[in-house]
Amino acid sequence: MGSLNTLTVRQAVDHLEQGACSSEELVRDLLSARTALDGTIQGYLQMDGERALAEARHADADRKKGRRGRLLGVPLAVKDILNVTGQACRCGSRILDGYTAPYDATAIARLRAEGAIFVGRTNMDEFGMGSSTENSAFGPTRNPWNSACVPGGSSGGSAAVVAADMALAALGSDTGGSVRQPAAFCGCTGLKPSYGRVSRYGLVAYASSLDQIGPLTKDVDDAALLLGVMAGPDPRDSSSVEALVEDYAAACGSDLKGMKLGLPRDYFVKGLEPAVEAAIRAAIERCRELGAEVVEVSLPHTSVAIPTYYIVATAEASANLARFDGVRYGFRAEGAEDVLEVYAKTRAQGFGPEVKRRIILGTYVLSGGYHDAYYVRAQKVRTLIRRDFEDAFKTCDAILAPVAPTAAYRLGEKMADPLQMYLGDIFTVPASLAGICGLSVPCGFTPAGLPVGLQVLGPAFGESRVLRVGSAYQKSTDWHRRRPALAAEGGR
Amino acid sequence: MKYLTTIGLEVHVQLKTRSKMFCGCPTGPGAPPNTQVCPVCLGYPGTLPVMNGEAIRLTVMTGLMLGCAISPYSKFDRKNYFYPDMPKNYQISQFDKPLCLGGSVEIDAGGGAVKAVRLTRIHLEEDVGKCIHQARRSGVDFNRAGVPLMEIVTEPDMETPDEAFAFLLALKQMLLYLGVSDCNLEEGNLRCDVNCSVRPEGQAELGTKVEIKNMNTFKGVHVALQYELDRQLEAVRTGERIVQETRRWEPEAGATAPMRSKEQAHDYRYFPEPDLMPVVLPPAQVEAWRAALPELPRQKRERFAAQYGIPEYDARVLAAQKAVADYFDEAARGASNPKLISNWVMTEMLRRLAEREMDIRDCKVTPAALRELAALAEIQAINSNTAKEVFAILFEQGGDPAAVVRERGWGQNSDGDAIGALADRVIAENAKSADDYRRGKEAALKFLIGQVMRLSQGKANPQMATEKLVQRLGRPGGTG
Ligand SMILES: [Zn+2]
Repeated sequence: MGSLNTLTVRQAVDHLEQGACSSEELVRDLLSARTALDGTIQGYLQMDGERALAEARHADADRKKGRRGRLLGVPLAVKDILNVTGQACRCGSRILDGYTAPYDATAIARLRAEGAIFVGRTNMDEFGMGSSTENSAFGPTRNPWNSACVPGGSSGGSAAVVAADMALAALGSDTGGSVRQPAAFCGCTGLKPSYGRVSRYGLVAYASSLDQIGPLTKDVDDAALLLGVMAGPDPRDSSSVEALVEDYAAACGSDLKGMKLGLPRDYFVKGLEPAVEAAIRAAIERCRELGAEVVEVSLPHTSVAIPTYYIVATAEASANLARFDGVRYGFRAEGAEDVLEVYAKTRAQGFGPEVKRRIILGTYVLSGGYHDAYYVRAQKVRTLIRRDFEDAFKTCDAILAPVAPTAAYRLGEKMADPLQMYLGDIFTVPASLAGICGLSVPCGFTPAGLPVGLQVLGPAFGESRVLRVGSAYQKSTDWHRRRPALAAEGGR
Repeated sequence: MKYLTTIGLEVHVQLKTRSKMFCGCPTGPGAPPNTQVCPVCLGYPGTLPVMNGEAIRLTVMTGLMLGCAISPYSKFDRKNYFYPDMPKNYQISQFDKPLCLGGSVEIDAGGGAVKAVRLTRIHLEEDVGKCIHQARRSGVDFNRAGVPLMEIVTEPDMETPDEAFAFLLALKQMLLYLGVSDCNLEEGNLRCDVNCSVRPEGQAELGTKVEIKNMNTFKGVHVALQYELDRQLEAVRTGERIVQETRRWEPEAGATAPMRSKEQAHDYRYFPEPDLMPVVLPPAQVEAWRAALPELPRQKRERFAAQYGIPEYDARVLAAQKAVADYFDEAARGASNPKLISNWVMTEMLRRLAEREMDIRDCKVTPAALRELAALAEIQAINSNTAKEVFAILFEQGGDPAAVVRERGWGQNSDGDAIGALADRVIAENAKSADDYRRGKEAALKFLIGQVMRLSQGKANPQMATEKLVQRLGRPGGTG
């Protein structure tokens, strides 16, 4: 067929069910798209074509035998931070060289149970630490809309392969914006579920109290479909929550009648790129036309969210990454004389500079004498930020906001100044700290031709609401259907 | 000047759960290295801990038994430090919200005095693996990593190595009573860190604290404390400053040696474990567990005295160890004279067990057999010396006492006619002694009884022999 790679997941499911194509054909088209494009984009770290084809043929055979499954034979790309049995799982780091996952993450197991196959591993900032995918030990991924620009991060590989039609959909993980921001930069749809909605078991931990697995897709309906499969409590993750898993596909309607949408005045401030603001304002107008009432809300602690995030996340990371010591798995440095040297050399050679920076920062904020001033205080501020949202959701059903203050920037532009890079997360980090859900949908382009993302935030376990807003918006716009020229070329 | 010594203990107890604290791996000892492991207890990337509810229950039951306050809200924390035996390079422990607070353990303070040693807290944490050092390389066995450990921390309430030893014995006894741990010292089920200090008499605040880490025998604690307190006393007498430090006991040298000073102490950077939810214990749950507490030594003591009519002292000895108490309880239940059972257990049984360093649970004399043996002696089917011999045989071989007596022809002769005939013969053969008795010489009767016993090869019922002799000699001798 030649262009099955451009399908959405739901279209692919329909094709497969109607016998319009086979899983093997789908995978073949993905492999050719990758061959054509990924030399430039570098979205995948690994893709075992033969194995992917074998699994696709297996799914096709299963279908002939009468097996059904919501995702039978659907190929998915997976961020390099999720454990998939038998696959490498390097988290964009040298320190996990040689590690092969001995088990499936719960989200993977649930998708697999519905017949999904996992065809490739996508690039990322090392251990999720970064906003541009430039912190990958294996080189940066490039933005399909402009290869001189970053794809965002840390799930930059996942966003890029979806945007460039090298995948139907991908899994990412979001700790402070790592699904939403690359989705915005690459012009695809990204969902960060509420904390506890999707099991974290098998997701390599960066900041345990913030991490969530989320889908990066071509539209909101696909995000709803994948969330529906992955969501729900898991006995292997004590932080997963019993809260009702709703019918997310059914939530995806086409109007916003009766909905109240909040605009946080604290998000429309200096530093917001005018082209981004214009696109967001236009999207808000469109929501109004779809029947929503728009009200102003206040999130007064927004300005302290970044420092709070960098204390909480790095503190947890300093402990979470302690296990990478060269003793049991992964990379071990040569030439160590004793166990302390094994640790020191392995970690010095195995981790990149941003990871080291955050481990040191996290160790510092937890250390004796500083613990109360930093960590304890950050937890208190976190409570205030959570309350900001609780208060806001008393007067609105969902919040509309930009995903990031700017569109994608050029590679190298912010690498020299980590603080500038951190500030780019200002609109995504508060929702992470509050544990609420957030959706990023394409809502326009800058004059330079780079995508802009609209963020829809909902209360904890209010995924149905954000999906409803995103879906209605997408049904009346076509931003999400636009494809970068690069991808169009590759589709030949 | 006189000096006071102060001792506190931190005891780590391996809980008797079927699976580890955060995964489903088994906890049994003796498996080949790294065969009781999984991605969770090896700290593989992406894995998460899931709390073993049984470990919580056992810790709370221990707290209830020792009179602790049970925290309605408690949480787990990460204790950060690098060591090869630690799969995650942090240990999941409890920092500021332990499961149990306060409580005490009564110890025998010598001379029959009882002293209460107060507890600070009891918390739950995971064990680490074990480093195995070979000639040119080292390995780690993670079978023990993630096994639940309960840490019991005392106040500095003990004053002598003897008291510390008594505390450990008393604690072990209580833990065995509750069945929360096997308390097997060889397998490292009970390990402790010892804190001690000295100060001049009259000084209120404690002296500089020295910690001795990782003791795994009670005797070791005793000798290490003796050494360390002597060292400290010697130091203060000669004006040397004692530094706050951690030391290790070196059994070969018979001395403690410095490990690290306060300046080198770890900064564990505790913070709440984000992967586990806080433990919230509703009062109804705690009360249900309290109601399920087994009978404890003190209650057992009181019941034994009341139910079996045995003296207070006997009841205390029998109730001291759960296994002995259970044995006695079973043997005494349905016995016509429980006091006799108590005598057997407290004398013959405990003596022989001590000689062999045996556990009563491994004893071949079943409670039913002991009850039968006591009954045989009571109805005088055998005399008391024979009974002891039968016990000795049962102790070695087990079996049924009546069968032992029958097989060896040891039954006591209570046939009146036969014993009467023997009495006649003895009086005829010992006319002088018979006359002596008639003249009031009491000792002569004992001699005559002895002769009847000799002729019967010891089987004659001594009381019946006495009766028959007195009947025949005409008048009672002596005043009895
Ligand atoms: Zn395990």
